[in-house]
Amino acid sequence: MASAAHSKDGATGAPARGSKSTTASGRTVKSSLKRVIRRPEFGAFAGMILVYAFFAVAAKNGFLTLAGTANWMNTASELGVLAVPVGMLMIAGEFDLSVGSVIGASSMIVSIGNGFYGLPMWVAIILALIIGALIGLGNGIITVSTRLPSFIVTLAGLFIVAGAALGFSRLLSGTTAVTLTPEGSARMAFGSQAAGFHVSILWWIAITAVASWILTQSPYGNWIFATGANQNAARAAGVPSDRVKVSLFVATALGAVLVGVLQTIQYSGGDVTYGRDFVFDAPVAAVIGGVLLTGGYGSAIGVFLGSVIFGVVNMGIFYTGWNSDWAQLVLGTLLLLAVLGNNYFRRLALTGG
Amino acid sequence: MVNTSKPVLELKKLSKHFTGVAALSGISFNVSPGEVLCLLGDNGAGKSTLIKILSGVHRPTEGEVLVDGNPVKLRSPREAQDLGIATVHQDIGVISLMSVARNFFLGLEPTKGWGPFKRIDHEKARAIVIDQITAMGIRRVRDGNQLVGVMSGGEKQALAIARAIYFGGRVLILDEPTSALGVKEAEIVLRFIHQARANGIAVILITHNVHHALSVADHYIVLIHGEVAADFRKGEKTREEILDLMAGGERLQSLAAELEAGITSATP
Repeated sequence: MASAAHSKDGATGAPARGSKSTTASGRTVKSSLKRVIRRPEFGAFAGMILVYAFFAVAAKNGFLTLAGTANWMNTASELGVLAVPVGMLMIAGEFDLSVGSVIGASSMIVSIGNGFYGLPMWVAIILALIIGALIGLGNGIITVSTRLPSFIVTLAGLFIVAGAALGFSRLLSGTTAVTLTPEGSARMAFGSQAAGFHVSILWWIAITAVASWILTQSPYGNWIFATGANQNAARAAGVPSDRVKVSLFVATALGAVLVGVLQTIQYSGGDVTYGRDFVFDAPVAAVIGGVLLTGGYGSAIGVFLGSVIFGVVNMGIFYTGWNSDWAQLVLGTLLLLAVLGNNYFRRLALTGG
Repeated sequence: MVNTSKPVLELKKLSKHFTGVAALSGISFNVSPGEVLCLLGDNGAGKSTLIKILSGVHRPTEGEVLVDGNPVKLRSPREAQDLGIATVHQDIGVISLMSVARNFFLGLEPTKGWGPFKRIDHEKARAIVIDQITAMGIRRVRDGNQLVGVMSGGEKQALAIARAIYFGGRVLILDEPTSALGVKEAEIVLRFIHQARANGIAVILITHNVHHALSVADHYIVLIHGEVAADFRKGEKTREEILDLMAGGERLQSLAAELEAGITSATP
């Protein structure tokens, strides 16, 4: 009983310090192993090792090289920048599908603003951030005030923003893809690379670190978990659940803007279709990373690992020389396994066995 | 001990209408420190509405609530809490997927650091929560990181009560705290209620169990159709009379008579 009690870690990511087992060393190892297994990101970690090992063997040339590593990390980072805030919103119990068209819209705002009208790059980027924040605010306020499922509210948002982006792009620039020449500090912040590793990797790591700190260390993080797990209980305890949700809708929209800016500057041009795949890729990465679809459970590190899996699978398939169509099959299977596995691990955490 | 001090909570002609339907009308009573008020009534009698008003979830249509003799507006659960009105709801309001310490301090997390780097003082939180629940007699939980999901119903209830008292609850509202519990666990909760009363906390207890009501209550209020149907103190009515009132009174007796009549007429 004593060892079991020691092994039950706060699965919401509280640090394990202070619960050291002082009994025989074998027991300590066993109980810390249990503690590790019960963390929300454990499944994603195991999955990542498995997938990486698989492609390390199956992919013939290039996957394990520096260039190959840069490739999967670049892919993972662009998704991860968005998947981490999307995962946080899912922990709070809501979805955001509109991000898929916010990426394209922000890409067009930056490229039309800078490439077509000649606005300074940073002004165009700030404009995109403001419009993104307003879209997030709209999604959030409509969701919390109507109590409608955010799935349907943001699905409408996905269409509205996509349509508006297309319409305004044609109206203003006569086209839906505008080129630009990134330079100066904006290029350094969003477009630089070293040995093939794109700067988006740094954004990805930084965002994950901040999100992880917020979720595990800050009172606001505690409110996110509580809001997603049991909104009525959270409200009764005085947690401003509506504000928590609205702020996270803004965060996902800003994450989408960041992806749009990164892609636009990296590819020297904006396109209204950028980011279409991310509508589902981001929540899939979050779920593979251990986020509970119904909210209240998950971790930023897990979502980070979920996006690593995405990058490894997409690039791994490419390096095997197989048709990239197989990537979806693999990811779909992983998603199913993740849902089953997470369900099992969570039950384990709750029974304490 | 009964009602020697000034009431901590007073209700004056409190009414609540939902789109024309009166859920509560003209409710008046008061509770003093160290007193257990037992709120009785059938489902739909208005108990839940009353609790929701006192815990800041609903606003009353008419009437007022006084704390320490001063009229107050309870616009949110937070405001009710700040005034010392702590409610433990029927679904308890603890979150299974979160740790014991995170649950205990939800919404009122102890922090260290400054400005944007203000973070939860996890060690302090864990130490306090273990102290508090051990004092309530829960010895099975030794680690504040443990998920609440592994606790029993009584332990969860105790955690919620400990939380309410720790955060300065002077009026403790318990909504059916024993309904989902076994006999032993219910006893533990009743002992907490005694303890709370001894510590000068005013308790409003909602229960369907006559034994539990009789064992702790000093004062009884019976609600029927949103109105106070009976208001009496301990010893003023017999056990049978209270049982009658709790069970819906005469109606149930007439039902029994009816059934009996039915059976006799059906038997040749």
